[in-house]
Amino acid sequence: MTTQPSDTSGQSIFLTLARFREVGITVFIVLLMILVSLRSPNFLTLDNFEDILLNISILAIVALAQTMVIITRGIDLSVGSMIGLVAMMVSFVLLEHPEMSPWLAVLLGMLIGCALGCFNGFIITVGGVPPIIATLGTLSVYRGAVFLYSQGTWVNAFEMPQSFKLLAKGTPFGLPNLVIFAVVIAAIIYYFLNYTRPGRDIYAVGSNPAAAQVAGIRVQRTIFMVYVISGLLCGLAGVLWASRFEAAQTNTALGFELQTVAAAVVGGVNIFGGSGTVSGVLLGALLLGIINNALTLVRISPFWQLAAQGSLILLAVIVDSMILRRLQQTLSGRKTA
Amino acid sequence: MADHILSMSNIYKNFAGVRALQGVAFDLYPGEVHALLGENGAGKSTLIKIITGVHQPDDGDIVLYGEPVKFDDPRASQRQGIAAIYQEPSLFPDLDIAENIFVGRQPTRAGGQVAWSQMYHAASELLNSLGVHLDPRTKARNLSVAQQQMVEIARALSVQAKILIMDEPTSSLTLAEVDDLFRIVNQLRDAGTAIVFISHRLEELFELADRVTVLRDGAYVDTKLISEVTTESLIQMMVGRQLSDLFPKLDVEAGDIVLQVECLSRDGAFQDVSFTLRQGEILGMAGLVGAGRTDVARAIFGVDAITGGRVIINGQPVTINSPQQAMRLGLAYVPEDRQHHGLVLPMHISHNITLPILSEFASQGWLDTGQEQQSATEAATQMEVKAAGLWQRVRELSGGNQQKVVLAKWLATKPRILILDEPTRGIDVGTKAAVHGLMSQLASQGMAILMISSELPEILGMSDRILVMREGRLTGQFSRTEATQEKIMLAATQAVEQV
Ligand SMILES: Nc1ncnc2c1ncn2[C@@H]1O[C@H](COP(=O)(O)OP(=O)(O)OP(=O)(O)O)[C@@H](O)[C@H]1O
Ligand SMILES: [Mg+2]
Repeated sequence: MTTQPSDTSGQSIFLTLARFREVGITVFIVLLMILVSLRSPNFLTLDNFEDILLNISILAIVALAQTMVIITRGIDLSVGSMIGLVAMMVSFVLLEHPEMSPWLAVLLGMLIGCALGCFNGFIITVGGVPPIIATLGTLSVYRGAVFLYSQGTWVNAFEMPQSFKLLAKGTPFGLPNLVIFAVVIAAIIYYFLNYTRPGRDIYAVGSNPAAAQVAGIRVQRTIFMVYVISGLLCGLAGVLWASRFEAAQTNTALGFELQTVAAAVVGGVNIFGGSGTVSGVLLGALLLGIINNALTLVRISPFWQLAAQGSLILLAVIVDSMILRRLQQTLSGRKTA
Repeated sequence: MADHILSMSNIYKNFAGVRALQGVAFDLYPGEVHALLGENGAGKSTLIKIITGVHQPDDGDIVLYGEPVKFDDPRASQRQGIAAIYQEPSLFPDLDIAENIFVGRQPTRAGGQVAWSQMYHAASELLNSLGVHLDPRTKARNLSVAQQQMVEIARALSVQAKILIMDEPTSSLTLAEVDDLFRIVNQLRDAGTAIVFISHRLEELFELADRVTVLRDGAYVDTKLISEVTTESLIQMMVGRQLSDLFPKLDVEAGDIVLQVECLSRDGAFQDVSFTLRQGEILGMAGLVGAGRTDVARAIFGVDAITGGRVIINGQPVTINSPQQAMRLGLAYVPEDRQHHGLVLPMHISHNITLPILSEFASQGWLDTGQEQQSATEAATQMEVKAAGLWQRVRELSGGNQQKVVLAKWLATKPRILILDEPTRGIDVGTKAAVHGLMSQLASQGMAILMISSELPEILGMSDRILVMREGRLTGQFSRTEATQEKIMLAATQAVEQV
């Protein structure tokens, strides 16, 4: 009954590589970067990279929230609508109180997001509605609320206080605040998922819900929690979105849920639950960012952009699963049964 | 003896029309091993799930440490010092061994931070004390059935419970592992832990138990000291009648060679396995769990690819790349891991049974459901599946009855060559005799049977010839007359060179 790996050095490199789940997507990113930089000299510049990071920061935050939901075998389709609603509400409050501190705006946004997430969690755990249906419903409800709240109007850049615009774009620490927000959030989530019991419970619940119940884990509470966290982070993302784009419109973040799911899945999160890592999702978000950036840089016709984007994402997933399967096969071939 | 630690009386439990428990009583003293015995579906697992709060009784009283209690969920019972190993696998495939052991109770540092190194350390120690040498960082999905079982045992032991419940912990373990487990159970008993133990292997009860309570069809039969009972009287209490013949093996004249395996290898699993199987023959395959027997069966059936050697069926060399191909060649394989490979748990019994032979009932794209039902009924009756009806979902069946459905399913394909992997694991004595009788009967009708089993009495009682495997190689081959328990154990455990 031993599965102790024997210690030849070549083999142990292999083992370490195989344990590193993100190897496939990393390879793909590097290949893509080489290809794009051959076509476009502007790609490998610091400015361009800052631009990419700025573009994926909000995506990374929300994709990480989405990841926690997916790990529990759920999905949150309402993230785009939550971001839109929070962006709109906070912007309207800022119209009334331009002197308000941007941090208060962040707090307000997160409170609203938290309430929206609680509602999602409530329908799913207490109401027993499957997550995909529940959040499909609130996707429309929350987006509808944006229209009702704004009466079809929007908030423009000139109406927003300067201090609020600097929330995302200011660079007191060298990098734009937005990127720092994403890094801090990612670090917190990494710690939460790997070093706290509630975080570990998320994996257990997704890996085997029945066993989790029997093992004394509060399954319903854990599921409720991930939707609340998702709401909280969407609240943050909504405020950051309004600050970065200096506007709140009725179609803010429309369709964003698909990008968050894509980033998570490309980053190796199992869509059937149970596994997924912060580093993987960050790489997934980075890959999406690089793809979008590259498609503009190499000047692909706008008619082709969407199709090219989708194909590249598919290709990434295929390359990743091929590399992974090869590694696993080699690995199991070496294991004594 | 000290006072009761647990006493239950008049426990009733119904599941949507199924009367699982009807007025059952059960009690437990500290420092005793109390066995729970009964046929498949008698209500043993239901009773222990009521103790742990997975199910709530419809009626009845539970008194724990002198106080009446009512558990709403397993969490509540755990806090009161009750730990359990359930019959159905309850591991988390995506988590590693250490976390599977400590799930929900991971050791933490002062600030609530999960202390991984401490957890790995504790897991290693626990596994070592069980005689298992596994890297605690291995993901549970990569473990064999026996290894998974050991992890579940380690989980239950890690709690240091006052009451430890084990529902068929030994069914997928080998003798050495069972010995390790019993040694630990005895230590716990001496330290005052109360232990509830369920097993269909009566010899284990005589080795371990102090008292035994027998259930039959959800009703309470009796509780006795182990010194007051014999194998016969226990069987009598369980099934309500005497069982005459435990291994009803018929003598069958072996016919032509139907399956020939030559120097079969799969890198990392087994090497140079050669044997023949004749019509009407039951070929037993003995060995310790992990000896590579399941790997050989899977390779023959086309589940795993081979890396050397060949398979000859009815004189024709064949390459089998998929189970579908194997089935077309007249093979059937009943896997050991029924929850994962044998059954579709949310489907009805009848649909599970007819799954591999659906095409037989199809004409122009339509299913003849009447014929399908009839076929399923036949197979289920033959196997004595105990259920409310064939429309019941397999998930709701008792563990032993799930195993019977797996058998029924493959028998319905009417194979010429049948590979059985631990066919009677978790099956009660009465049905076991029925399964053995059926195997014997099928062989006499000309079916060739390869039977992998870790139970020596079964191997010795049922096989015409016996192969022994050890660490991926064939290490012994005996005829029915020359085989003894000692010879087989020797070949299975020591480095005897190829016979
Ligand atoms: N969740 C459920 N829903 C419906 N019926 C159930 C459920 N659980 C158990 N049963 C039924 O209750 C009866 C008792 O089952 P139980 O699992 O307690 O048997 P058991 O004594 O443990 O048998 P085995 O030896 O096969 O494990 C069976 O008839 C079974 O079909
Ligand atoms: Mg049972």
